[in-house]
Amino acid sequence: MTSQPAGRASSHGTAGHGAAGHGAVTNVVLAGLGGQGVIKASDILADAALRAGFDVKKSEVHGMSQRGGSVTSDVRFGGKVLSPMVPRGEADFLVVLAASEVEVTRPLLRPGGVVLGPDLVPDADLPNKRSLNVALLGALSHYLDMPAEAMLDAVKAALPERLHDVNERAFVLGRSLGARADRPRP
Amino acid sequence: MERQLLSGDEAVALAALHAGVSLGTGYPGTPSTEILEAFSELGGRAQWAPNEKVALEVGLGAAFANARTLVTMKHVGLNVAADPLFTAAYTGVVGALIVVTADDPGMSSSQNEQDNRRYAVAAGLPCLEPSDSQESYDFFFRAVEISERWQLPVLFRMTTRVCHSKSIVVAREGAMAAPPAIHFEHDIGGRVMIPANARPAHRRLRAKLAEIAAWGEGPEAADLNRVEPGDRSVGIVTSGVSYLHAAEAAPTASFLKIGLVNPLPIERARAFAAGVERTVVIEEGDPVIADALRAAGIAVESKAEMYRFGELDVSRARRILAGDATPEPATPRGKPPELCPACPYHTVYATLQKHDCIVAGDIGCYTLGVLPPYKAMDTCVAMGASIGVGLGLRHVLPEAEARRVVSVIGDSTFVHSGISGLVEMAYNPPSTGHVVLILDNGTTAMTGQQEHPATGRTLEHLPTGKLSIEGLATAIGIGSVTVIDPYADPDGFERLLLERLASSELSVIVARRPCVLAAADIRKWEQQAAELRAQAPTQAAFDLPLEER
Repeated sequence: MTSQPAGRASSHGTAGHGAAGHGAVTNVVLAGLGGQGVIKASDILADAALRAGFDVKKSEVHGMSQRGGSVTSDVRFGGKVLSPMVPRGEADFLVVLAASEVEVTRPLLRPGGVVLGPDLVPDADLPNKRSLNVALLGALSHYLDMPAEAMLDAVKAALPERLHDVNERAFVLGRSLGARADRPRP
Repeated sequence: MERQLLSGDEAVALAALHAGVSLGTGYPGTPSTEILEAFSELGGRAQWAPNEKVALEVGLGAAFANARTLVTMKHVGLNVAADPLFTAAYTGVVGALIVVTADDPGMSSSQNEQDNRRYAVAAGLPCLEPSDSQESYDFFFRAVEISERWQLPVLFRMTTRVCHSKSIVVAREGAMAAPPAIHFEHDIGGRVMIPANARPAHRRLRAKLAEIAAWGEGPEAADLNRVEPGDRSVGIVTSGVSYLHAAEAAPTASFLKIGLVNPLPIERARAFAAGVERTVVIEEGDPVIADALRAAGIAVESKAEMYRFGELDVSRARRILAGDATPEPATPRGKPPELCPACPYHTVYATLQKHDCIVAGDIGCYTLGVLPPYKAMDTCVAMGASIGVGLGLRHVLPEAEARRVVSVIGDSTFVHSGISGLVEMAYNPPSTGHVVLILDNGTTAMTGQQEHPATGRTLEHLPTGKLSIEGLATAIGIGSVTVIDPYADPDGFERLLLERLASSELSVIVARRPCVLAAADIRKWEQQAAELRAQAPTQAAFDLPLEER
């Protein structure tokens, strides 16, 4: 199952500089609060892109963000990625783990971009509340031109074995819910 | 070849390992902290120093003995290490000494956004600046080569985005030429900087810099100072992560991408500027490159003053190229950080607030006591400054106000640079006495729970000599030294604080309770240490290979 997101073809490409290769860049911003697993999720996504053979960059600010404050992490992958930061208004996807962060991060989204928020995955359906980050990666995977196996392999590589089963279930759940994502109103 | 996704910090650690670095030392500081942690995990010898000055001195000694050495710190750490840095430029080294300064444009976790390329100019040291993780890896080898060839310390300037962004690194195939044999040779004239030796040393330094400048213009440094021909209507001179933002903003432009930011390749820039219709310098922070090129008579456009503040990004690079200085859209503000809900210091700040204390604060998680609901901090300037600032307030304020002054400092910060403040307190005591509150949570919490001399464990969490904070305070001559757990006994803490504020005696209160985030790990390491002592009650434990400890 590898569905193409609407408008993905219009992703802001960054190819063409110097001797760089070509290929559209997919821009994902992950957001939430310190302790929710935002950085872990972006590590997984970036590793999946690496496994899938893309050029990839990932960027966030550590430090004060460890103390319960807002955390965002940018993941960009494609043929050739230049800046490590997703330019404002050019994110193709917002993956948001905390309801409070949806509106805060919305200005980062491009017109027609997709928001995958925490309300997408009902708490009761999650095998473990700590797996919301992986569930939302599952939802994201529905839209990405990337094999789901690369994402699942990256999930497993990032977590201890005892958490594999619960996170695989969260991923599959999220993937099935992905199509219900919030679309910005016209 | 294997592609690895590494942060800039991890890439430096990997390069240090591959370059045969014998010793890595530094003091934790965002965004540099992960370099030594990664170096240690890779099997390198890494250790935390009490502060950056000591780290640089240890590194310098190792480099005097022909070793390849890495010293890491954040930008403000270089202020602490500046004293040895400037004269190490005179003495030079015989091994390699690479000093990483991790700057924080935008102040994601810092008290200022100073641009440490200025230090390279002021001290007269070569300075390399990578743009991403691959360059962090590749340039590190170049730094070692430059350091060994010209026998000078090399500044390795990174920024938050370079340190913490992850990008793909392909490691080199062959190892770097083996490090030189480590040994000591006397060189009194070269290393004992009495004026008679320092005068010729200064001339030697300037001669070396002139040589490096000439080298930086030539083909041998073409990978560092790279010309990328493109559209001749605009030429962009840039360095560091700004290069990537600019390359995305103007994919068809011509580029002079500078990796050796001191000494700058002035003639290369002059030729580059002559070949394009307009030359724009896109650099983060201070206009260091733009000013230098203009001083050399090269007509370049620099950014508007508004772009001196904060990080650059693709949008700002576009605006700089367009000469657009109109106000930028407001950045959405998320939730600020806060003291952890179970932080043992809530009661401390509640008490300070309740009694309207004048709080000279310091740098660490506990600086968050400045935020609502407590707003219980009045100053925060530099590592260790709480004690001196508190004493200054005490000296001049009327007695009623002076008696409300408290200095608040964390355990790691106290060891870093609070000790001499305490010596000052014993030497020049205010007439009302003073109260220093040391918040000892058993770790360097803010930067991610690193060890320090008062935890009694090394960077690798193995047992070592343990500094006693209360023992030290007593030895310095502080009359009243009390240890209390403010979390377990908040009322007792309040009584103690009021009693010490009323007294004119010099007082240190050590408020001791482990950081909630570190507590489980601390218990684990203490248990590990106890087992080690039981199994091998001698030095033998330290001789075991790492994995068996």
